[in-house]
Amino acid sequence: MSSNSGKGDILLEIKNLEIEGFSDEKWHDIVKGVDLTLRCGEVMGLIGESGAGKSTLGLAAMGFTQPGCRIKAGQIKFDGVDLAKLSDAKKRSYWGTRMTYVAQSAAASFNPAHRLIVQTTASTIRSGSKSKEDAYRDARGLYETLNLPDPKNIGERYPHQVSGGQLQRVMTAMAMSPRPDLIIFDEPTTALDVTTQVEVLSAMREIVETFNTAAIYITHDLAVVAQMADFIKVLRYGKEVEEAPTRQMLATPKEAYTKSLWSVRSLEKEEQKGGNSLLSLKGIDASYGTAKVLHNVNIEVAKGTTVAVVGESGSGKSTTARVITGLLPQTAGSVEFDGKALPKSLSERTKEEKRRIQMIYQMADTAMNPRQTVGEIIGRPLEFYLGMRGAEKSRRILDLLEMIELNGDFMQRLPGELSGGQKQRICIARALAAEPDFIICDEVTSALDQIVQEGILKLLMRLQKELGLTYLFITHDISTVKAISDQVVVMNQGEVVEQGQKTDVFQPPHPEYTELLLSSVPEMDPDWLTNLNAARRAG
Amino acid sequence: MNVHPVTKTILERLGLGLATLFVVSIIIFSAIEMLPGDFGQAILGQAATQETVAAFRRELGLDQPAYLRYLQWVGGALQGDLGTSFSGRNASGIDRSRAVVDLIAPRLWNTLFLAGLTAVIAVPIALALGVSTALFRNSVYDRTVNTATLTTISFPEFFVAYILILLLASLYPVFPSLANVDDSTPLAQRAFRTALPALTLTLVIVAHMMRMTRAAIINLLASPYIQMARLSGASQTEVIIKHALPNAWAPIATVIAFNLAYLVVGVVVVEVVFVYPGVGQLMVDAVTSRDIPVVQGCALIFAITYILLNLIADIIGIITNPRLLHPK
Repeated sequence: MSSNSGKGDILLEIKNLEIEGFSDEKWHDIVKGVDLTLRCGEVMGLIGESGAGKSTLGLAAMGFTQPGCRIKAGQIKFDGVDLAKLSDAKKRSYWGTRMTYVAQSAAASFNPAHRLIVQTTASTIRSGSKSKEDAYRDARGLYETLNLPDPKNIGERYPHQVSGGQLQRVMTAMAMSPRPDLIIFDEPTTALDVTTQVEVLSAMREIVETFNTAAIYITHDLAVVAQMADFIKVLRYGKEVEEAPTRQMLATPKEAYTKSLWSVRSLEKEEQKGGNSLLSLKGIDASYGTAKVLHNVNIEVAKGTTVAVVGESGSGKSTTARVITGLLPQTAGSVEFDGKALPKSLSERTKEEKRRIQMIYQMADTAMNPRQTVGEIIGRPLEFYLGMRGAEKSRRILDLLEMIELNGDFMQRLPGELSGGQKQRICIARALAAEPDFIICDEVTSALDQIVQEGILKLLMRLQKELGLTYLFITHDISTVKAISDQVVVMNQGEVVEQGQKTDVFQPPHPEYTELLLSSVPEMDPDWLTNLNAARRAG
Repeated sequence: MNVHPVTKTILERLGLGLATLFVVSIIIFSAIEMLPGDFGQAILGQAATQETVAAFRRELGLDQPAYLRYLQWVGGALQGDLGTSFSGRNASGIDRSRAVVDLIAPRLWNTLFLAGLTAVIAVPIALALGVSTALFRNSVYDRTVNTATLTTISFPEFFVAYILILLLASLYPVFPSLANVDDSTPLAQRAFRTALPALTLTLVIVAHMMRMTRAAIINLLASPYIQMARLSGASQTEVIIKHALPNAWAPIATVIAFNLAYLVVGVVVVEVVFVYPGVGQLMVDAVTSRDIPVVQGCALIFAITYILLNLIADIIGIITNPRLLHPK
């Protein structure tokens, strides 16, 4: 494009940037004085937990603030022009031409009403840099570079007609179509399965290298950013913690906070063999309407152990949980609990059968009634299953709160007044209130930051030891599996691919799918993606 | 057979519409059955003997069981015959009664003409105001338009009508204050005479449609794809016209259909003020004189109007949804 600068010149220079947002009737600082320098052709990784201000900073690099936010102070110099001082109309002349954006959820970020190629080329055609024919031809070329299937025709489809991973690549093509100087990648692979993530990461890295585009890559996943970035900046509470070249940052992080981010993955559990079988699924088939989603699923869960069910979206792991709880009656096979077959549907099960199996959900937010206090939420199963009332119930609620490391003050609070980690703890307490033998944890840590995740996982492990609980732990995250499980069940497309003790499953040789899954999990090695792609090409 | 899912959905909706109409016809018939009083007694007066009333009832077929009369009525309606009006008969035995269809047809044409004229004025205005207020949300313009349309919808219809008569017929005589039309009125003349009632109704219905359009668009402005469009350099106008509006047709069509149906079935007050010979007045008169076949006929036509317009809104919602139009 019109850039007159070669590689190595400063493209973007942010100085002492402060951004504030309006909520609860007052202005809060979101970004508190951050400096940032990016040269042409460089990729910067921006990393931090939710609320660190990384997305806000990424958008601000384009001079954009979300509704309800404003730039309080500082400058954003892009190719010598201070974007913070420009009018909206002037800034628009940069957006979609010299700087573009790749959003987290491609499914939500494409307009459902227009064809993909129309959206891919809209800004290029609007700016007049290419004719419609040229822009379309170029877009098809980009689709090909990004390894999209049927690159000639895929652009004629609507967003809902292609998969999430494909959409994310189309969005990368859209960002590349005007040949910008700068692309902001805002958590572009967070919503994808690991096997898809590898493909999208490779495609994005290749295209950024091919066109020598500068980029800011925002993520909370260290292993991902290690593959993409030349250097990494760590943010916390809207301030910079530290910045260093990728290899140096991974090898020798300076700040304590950075080290703590690195150390989360070191959680380990001593493997339990377990005693008698508590739950066994025998030849389970299940379907939604006419679509069969589970095929002959057999799973054994031993008393006092944690069985991790791992698989990608659509593999049938949550459906398995629904069958166990009776929410979705199976079409064939049986669920045996403590040596006795459970009735298929929830309505046929006795109160005692229901009490012994409890569940904790992924979205603690939506799993609690926002109008009930913590005391009411935890008190309900106490009353329903155990018939507790009055002072006895209050005492028990306090005990339970103590068990999940919260104090009695929380009893009167509403879910809206709690943090994400606290909400999940309340859900754990609610499950414990029924005094169950068996708890199904459905992606309970996926919506949480890594440090908060660690706290929740530690809590679950401690409770298991103290109360002799048995867990079925559903997750797509291999590092969580490694951290907490005794046995592992790998599922793919409604079938169990492999199951066994953790050490056996993670030990080669693997069945084909397990191999693909395990090898797709990004590692904290900057050369991991390069090596993996080389190995896969050779294999 | 390979039918496009949209065709299938539309056929399903059509079937459901017919089923609804069937249920509604039963409700109309039963409701009128349950009206207190006896038509024969009412027409013939207190002085009539039991025998005369019985003979009269026999002549009208009122002595037959309800389900038979229902079947006759529905069977006739299917062939375009809504029966014969009760009025025009009297004790003297001279029968000047007319077919219900002949009574309703000219009135219905008048009503549809007024509704159509109003729609032609009101719908484009409402859409333009809705889109432009969404475009300049919270500006002085937005607030002015909102206040103005809310004001006109808050006044009773007759009040708006009299104010318009005062302004446009009396102080500045632009339009006639009486909308007396008949079959022989030429089209242009008809539109001219109907102008004031049409304007009145426009003021009454614009607010609802405009605010729904505005809300539907603003609701979509919070979508991630709208932020994406902004970040790829689209101007506010482009964002709203190209990115928000195409996804907002379903709720907008629903509220337009609702208001058009109101124009057909609910404008009796305006008809009275402007002495306009529409279906509304006919039905009110028929209720007063217990002319049951006419009441039933009007009610059936109103039901058809509602069902048809909502069906159209549904279909618009379906064909503007790319997920349905272009399945995987």
